Amino acid sequence: MTYNIFIQLRQELVLTVLIFVLLFIKLGKDRSNESILNFINVALLINLAAGFCCQETGELFNGMFTTNALIVFEKDLLNLAILIISMQSYAWLKENKNVIEFYLLTLTSLLGMFFMISSGNLLMFYLGLEMSTIPLAAAANFDLTKRKSSEAAMKLILSSAFSSAILLLGISFLYGTSGTLTFSILTAHINGNPLQMFAFILLISGFAFKISAVPFHLWTADVYEGAPVAVTSFLSVISKGAVLFTLVNLLYKVFTPIASTWYLVLIVLAAATILIGNLFAIRQDNFKRFLAFSSIAQVGFILIGISGSSQIGSASLVYFILIYIFSNLAAFGVVSVVSALTGKENISDFKGFYKTNPMLSWVLTIALFSLAGVPPTAGFFGKLFLMMAGAAKGNYALITFAALNMVISFYYYLRVVKAVFMDENATPIDKLQVPNVSKMAMYICVAGIIVTGFASVVYDYIYSISIGL
Amino acid sequence: MNLTLLILLPLLTAVLILLAKGLQQIRVIGLIGALAQLGLAGWLLKRFLDQRAAGNTAAHLFESNQTWFKALNINYHIGIDGISLAMILLTSVIVIAGILVSWSMDKLSKEYFFLLVLLSMGAYGFFISLDLFTLFFFLEVAVIPKFLLIGIWGSGDKTKSAMKLALMLMGGSALVMVGLFGIYYNTHTFDMVQITQQGIPVGVQKFFFPFAFLGFGVFAALFPFHTWVPDGHASAPTAASMFLAGISMKLGGYGCLRIAALMPDAAHTYSWIIILLATIAIIYGAFATMMQTDLKYINAYSSISHCGFVILGIGMLNKTSLNGAVIQMVSHGLMTALFFAAIGMIYSRTHTRMVAQLGGLLKAMPFISTVFVIAGLCSLGLPGFSGFVAEMTVFMGSWQNPEGAYRIATILSGASIVVTAVYILRATGRAIMGPISNEHALLSDATWNEKLAAVLLITGILIIGLAPFLINHLIIPSTDAIVLQMGKVNLLK
Repeated sequence: MTYNIFIQLRQELVLTVLIFVLLFIKLGKDRSNESILNFINVALLINLAAGFCCQETGELFNGMFTTNALIVFEKDLLNLAILIISMQSYAWLKENKNVIEFYLLTLTSLLGMFFMISSGNLLMFYLGLEMSTIPLAAAANFDLTKRKSSEAAMKLILSSAFSSAILLLGISFLYGTSGTLTFSILTAHINGNPLQMFAFILLISGFAFKISAVPFHLWTADVYEGAPVAVTSFLSVISKGAVLFTLVNLLYKVFTPIASTWYLVLIVLAAATILIGNLFAIRQDNFKRFLAFSSIAQVGFILIGISGSSQIGSASLVYFILIYIFSNLAAFGVVSVVSALTGKENISDFKGFYKTNPMLSWVLTIALFSLAGVPPTAGFFGKLFLMMAGAAKGNYALITFAALNMVISFYYYLRVVKAVFMDENATPIDKLQVPNVSKMAMYICVAGIIVTGFASVVYDYIYSISIGL
Repeated sequence: MNLTLLILLPLLTAVLILLAKGLQQIRVIGLIGALAQLGLAGWLLKRFLDQRAAGNTAAHLFESNQTWFKALNINYHIGIDGISLAMILLTSVIVIAGILVSWSMDKLSKEYFFLLVLLSMGAYGFFISLDLFTLFFFLEVAVIPKFLLIGIWGSGDKTKSAMKLALMLMGGSALVMVGLFGIYYNTHTFDMVQITQQGIPVGVQKFFFPFAFLGFGVFAALFPFHTWVPDGHASAPTAASMFLAGISMKLGGYGCLRIAALMPDAAHTYSWIIILLATIAIIYGAFATMMQTDLKYINAYSSISHCGFVILGIGMLNKTSLNGAVIQMVSHGLMTALFFAAIGMIYSRTHTRMVAQLGGLLKAMPFISTVFVIAGLCSLGLPGFSGFVAEMTVFMGSWQNPEGAYRIATILSGASIVVTAVYILRATGRAIMGPISNEHALLSDATWNEKLAAVLLITGILIIGLAPFLINHLIIPSTDAIVLQMGKVNLLK
């Protein structure tokens, strides 16, 4: 019985231990950045491996903390993402004085997300969410010398606080109408009375803030642009993924009695998110802003998948996030290396990039094709399955709309490919010396992009552990 | 016989090309790979005919069905009938010709040959698919290489053309996707064989047929979605133009044919719209060609007109017209590839494609000029060449439809051949005949690789033109089966 706690909490425990070890290293004598980074990367690898060791279904602390195969797998995905991000930031962190702080902040945030995903109670969920958000704001301010970075941090903390307040209000209304915060009991008390609906809308708005769905997306681009690339990729992949996992959990398990209502809410959000994300992405020149809007549009597609409210929907979401980790992080990886070594972050700087850096160009291109959903990359399968899940509801107007929006998104991804391969540039970015660790991270991503699509075992496994409505 | 070889062979070639060093190695690997493709396709033909001769009348031969995504009931289901086999043969011939004419491509040659081979892989995968999901997958696989080929190695306003082409084709495939979802959620399978057996409810057919058909129609340059064709073809490098017109546009025609076979009721209901659009494409394409002064644009616009015949044949929905549509696909693929090859050869020597700046090329380069004339004569449908057989079959098929409007469409389309003759003869007369300018007088004739490519394509054209029974023998059982199946469905309802 006592062992059970350790097994069920193992992913959280490993992270906690790692955080404390880092604190002690910080207190101890100075070590070279490279040795610290190598140690951390190995530790993160162990952390990732620990997730796969065993699957335990159960709950702890009177249902506050629940776990099952799906939740374990979702946490594994986030572990994988943090490992890749850490490897990619090698070039940037090597020169940075505050390496340990970066990991303290991001790992604490990740720990919060783990508790949020595992939460079986709205209070626990809120604690996890806050624990994940506040360190992130500090991390966004990590470029201490840049004003934009602190601006980003300020915007992030303010908008997060605002959305948290809205969430809290929703949670308290829910408590008022049902008398409980525990998920398993709450479902029976959801009857769709007006106050509850209002609470639900507030709750969804809070979520929409976190996943930057339109019209709650306004903070995204500025924060993504100002924050260091590593933090931006963390925000766009891990933070979004964790909140989406939780959202599906809530919608599919707790709010089942009002499924027809949240279906409408979701499709309106999805349609607006896809369109606005796409239209704004077209005009961006800063790579990070560009990826910010493209990630907004991606969230729209994810919402369409969730709206299908079937097992295919939730499985496709997890599958898509896995693919999204590989594709988005590969794109961010290239941007991160270029930004760390040259300071350039604009798409127009990438003109003629292929002539000097063919390898990086291919990584970037494959990543963008995967984001656009072009076969044979995994993104094709991910996006198609999301759309398929959405189409199950028979709402073909929405599916057609989304499909045509895929064409728009195709345009802006191709614009980058065009800059890299086709545009002439008198002063292209020089040939870059990419650190081996970052290279390895990119190869992992590219391998993931190519393999996860064809390998149907991945999807079948996710399907077998996921939940339907 | 495992059809997956048709995908694995190009894949292997592509990987080897990536590992190769220097233009010489790359192009030799490419050529060997292409020859192996042709050999495989030829062997496939022999096995296919043997099986048929032995009395195997199954609709699809060499079938193989493996579960891919179990949870979604997606299968990797492959197999071929006579129509797919004809398209596979066409693809393999054009791939060789395309690689031969790019023999001296020295700009980023590794990437160039890699993308060409990747494109051929998409085409083979498309033609052997019996599952709509894999069909769609390979349809899109073939889009991206085109974008890069045109954008990097093209000429003129290449990035704009590349973007236009890629976006329009993606738009087409987006429509196809919606259509496929509709079919999937009403039949619970992507398997074409299974869908044909169980049939699709008429209401569903009527709703989703336009999506799927128009989606594939974009690929087949169906009016009014033809606008990517002229710019795309004109900007593309020679081999890419050949692949584009010879293979990619056939993906669309083939897809339209399959969709019509899957949803026969809707195809009958909408046949008048299909025929109307096809007739417009034929006539509009022909007249638009008359206005062109650039050789590549001439061929590109005439492709719109010729591909209209494919759609017309499909729209008429009888045995003869479907036959004609398939022959026209093969014939147009060979003929237009030959045309683009000849234009490429002329352009690489004279550095101009404008008809007005050319003249008397026959004196300087007799071989290339002959190739050009043959392609032109095939295009205007001279008996003895494949174009005549194909168009004649389409007309005979469409004349079998007795309704007045269909007759008018047939007559108008037939009349367009006169326009074709005008622009072909005019371009030939200006560019090939007449006095030659001094600067062109000393230009060299075709090299061995160009000659080989042209001879290969011309052989194909002549085989169909002089012995049409060969291709008929191959495809008639399959088109008959499609028409029979369509008729059955009608009787049931």
